[in-house]
Amino acid sequence: MTVANSDIVTGTINRGFAARVVARTSGGALRIFLIVVALLWLLPTFGLLIESLRDPSQYANGGWWYAIIHPAQLTFGNYSQLLQNHTMSSGFFNTVKITVPATLLVVLIGSAAGYAFAWMEFPGRDWIFLLVVGLLVIPIQIALIPVVKLYSAMGISGSIISVIMFHVGFGLPFAIFLLRNYFAGIPRDLMEAARMDGASEGRIFFRIILPLGMPAIASLGIFQFLWVWNDLLVALVFSNSASQPLTVALASQTRQFGSSIDILAPGAFLSLIVPLAVFLGFQRFFVQGVMAGSVK
Amino acid sequence: MTQEVVSVAKASALATGPSRKTPGQGRWLAGVFLAPAAVFLTAIVFYPLVYTLIRSLFNDGPSGQATSFAGLSNYAHIFTQSDAVEALKNNVIWVVIVPALVTILGMIFAVLTEKIRWASAFKVVLFMPMAISFLASGVTWTLIYADQPSRGLGNAVAIGIHDTFDPQTSYPELHPSGNTVLTGSGAAGYKSVATFAAGSPALLPLTGLNLVKPPKAAEPAVEPSSGAGLRGVLWNDFKLGGGGTPGVIDQGELGVPGLQVDAVKNGKTVATATTQANGTFTFPSLTSGGYTLSLPKADFSPAYGGIAWLGKNLITPAIIVAYLWIYAGFAMVLLAAGMSAIPRDALEAARMDGATEWQVFRRVTAPLLAPVLLVVFVTMVINVLKIFDIVFIIQQSAGGNAKYANVLAVQLYTDYGNQQFGAASAVGIVLVILVLPAMVFQVRNFRKESR
Repeated sequence: MTVANSDIVTGTINRGFAARVVARTSGGALRIFLIVVALLWLLPTFGLLIESLRDPSQYANGGWWYAIIHPAQLTFGNYSQLLQNHTMSSGFFNTVKITVPATLLVVLIGSAAGYAFAWMEFPGRDWIFLLVVGLLVIPIQIALIPVVKLYSAMGISGSIISVIMFHVGFGLPFAIFLLRNYFAGIPRDLMEAARMDGASEGRIFFRIILPLGMPAIASLGIFQFLWVWNDLLVALVFSNSASQPLTVALASQTRQFGSSIDILAPGAFLSLIVPLAVFLGFQRFFVQGVMAGSVK
Repeated sequence: MTQEVVSVAKASALATGPSRKTPGQGRWLAGVFLAPAAVFLTAIVFYPLVYTLIRSLFNDGPSGQATSFAGLSNYAHIFTQSDAVEALKNNVIWVVIVPALVTILGMIFAVLTEKIRWASAFKVVLFMPMAISFLASGVTWTLIYADQPSRGLGNAVAIGIHDTFDPQTSYPELHPSGNTVLTGSGAAGYKSVATFAAGSPALLPLTGLNLVKPPKAAEPAVEPSSGAGLRGVLWNDFKLGGGGTPGVIDQGELGVPGLQVDAVKNGKTVATATTQANGTFTFPSLTSGGYTLSLPKADFSPAYGGIAWLGKNLITPAIIVAYLWIYAGFAMVLLAAGMSAIPRDALEAARMDGATEWQVFRRVTAPLLAPVLLVVFVTMVINVLKIFDIVFIIQQSAGGNAKYANVLAVQLYTDYGNQQFGAASAVGIVLVILVLPAMVFQVRNFRKESR
């Protein structure tokens, strides 16, 4: 549509042959430039994928690009090795065990609070909400030491629950910010009609707010899921060797990068394939979440 | 799509409309809805903030316990201790360079793709790295920055480019066979002991050529054919399995191709030749007199090893490149959405008035886009101040040079690991202070939007 527009604007009536050639070729150059950029952007991830599919015995022969000329070198051996590796496989399951509850809890708790901020009256509501908005930018780093102490006092140091709780705490400001704004846009009439009919707050929340708020909730859920799935720092501090997620298990291998590339490359690819699938599958919601919470 | 995006962002505008009295509902009910969030926010965010603030004012005992009141000495430490100073310096570099670069890159891509039909596919490609963890990105880029050109794409390309422009062949492993014919050293180059004249071929024996994997061009050495000019041969006076006579070209011994040979008279180079595949060389112009033959050090210099991407000087720029790869798509998507919200009429009116595309961009697009540009920029400032994962991961492969990539968040983690909780807390509070202006911007932005 935009292309058509620009054609109308530049006008096709008086345009000479030379001008048309210039327009055509410059458009072609632009297209080629953008294709090159796109390929450059894909190259690192593509390289990681090929590297992860190479047999370690081939490393001495050259970089991953040799494998493109000799596709026979490619094998799933590294991946089957990786699944046998207990640290990595349990790391993968720990990632799931941390990410799913941390996402669901943030969505649920955030929705409740978002609803209260959007549709319930209580003293200081707007000021408290501004405080929450301010919390969006607080770096998680400041909370590491006190929360470590808090957890050891509670006797949950190193547990999966401790990692989840931290993610919930730092996920909530964004959740509340996003959901309150979206819920507040739900038509007043609808809410009032429901209240006239004597629906309880709980009923309104579950029957009206949650279904109507689904687009924002989906954005939040995807965003939170990716954030927790991809996290390294929080897990580095709060998990132990039994509860560590895949990122921590892999990070500990990066010290001997050269010798453990046959674990690192497939491991890193395994850790990125899930977020990548989520991203590609729910692009629309992801972009919305980024837009709405860009100052996270 | 834009409309939905805008609706999310603008929903807040509807939020603080007329007061929403909820007749007959107790305040305790709001409490029920808020309580879980309040518990988490208090325990995980507020309490730690206060704790860290106080803890930063106390000294550290040997196992991390707070000892005596330290005043601001933990803060002073950040400006004096060398690793922390490096971190501070790098954070400044990051904040000054990266948000601007990301915004500019995003802007360029957003403008260029505006009229491309497959813009959304392009956006997906550029946006993808954002969905990937910093860990995976870090591994990806460490692979690119690996030293060995047989592994790291960066150095494979660097060496490829270098060798294209400087195809000089060199043999660092090669040296003269004995010292009766040639003397000198690999570092300074070699010279013939005797002088040579036209008509008497110069046989210059070398050894040390890699015979398991000999140069592809190398052919068996031969005696130089007779003819005009000074002639000679440089060959590897040894063959696999041994045998043969030193100083004599035996069957199966290889010539050394591509070597530079200088003919020197009275300390001046008068002619230069390069050896053929069979090791022979010719100075057709030198028909009389004796010349010393010299092999310059370039013949024996170690091969170009590429660039130390993760060395002292380049490690931070190298990580910045990886970071641009991650965030350029983010900036582009936001700015493209902002651009599509600009009224077409304004652009077309400007074009009708004869404005060039650049003028349209400068006078119409850019000003209307300013708020989005600011949001992207501020977002990047906040992200960059808190940057941790990607630096941490790439540092692991940098050995002793890791400290040159230090940033505040990594310093905090290091202090935490050393149980220097006071020092770590001070770094944390400095981070909060640094993001404070962004927080003010955000709250004001929000209130403006709500009005």
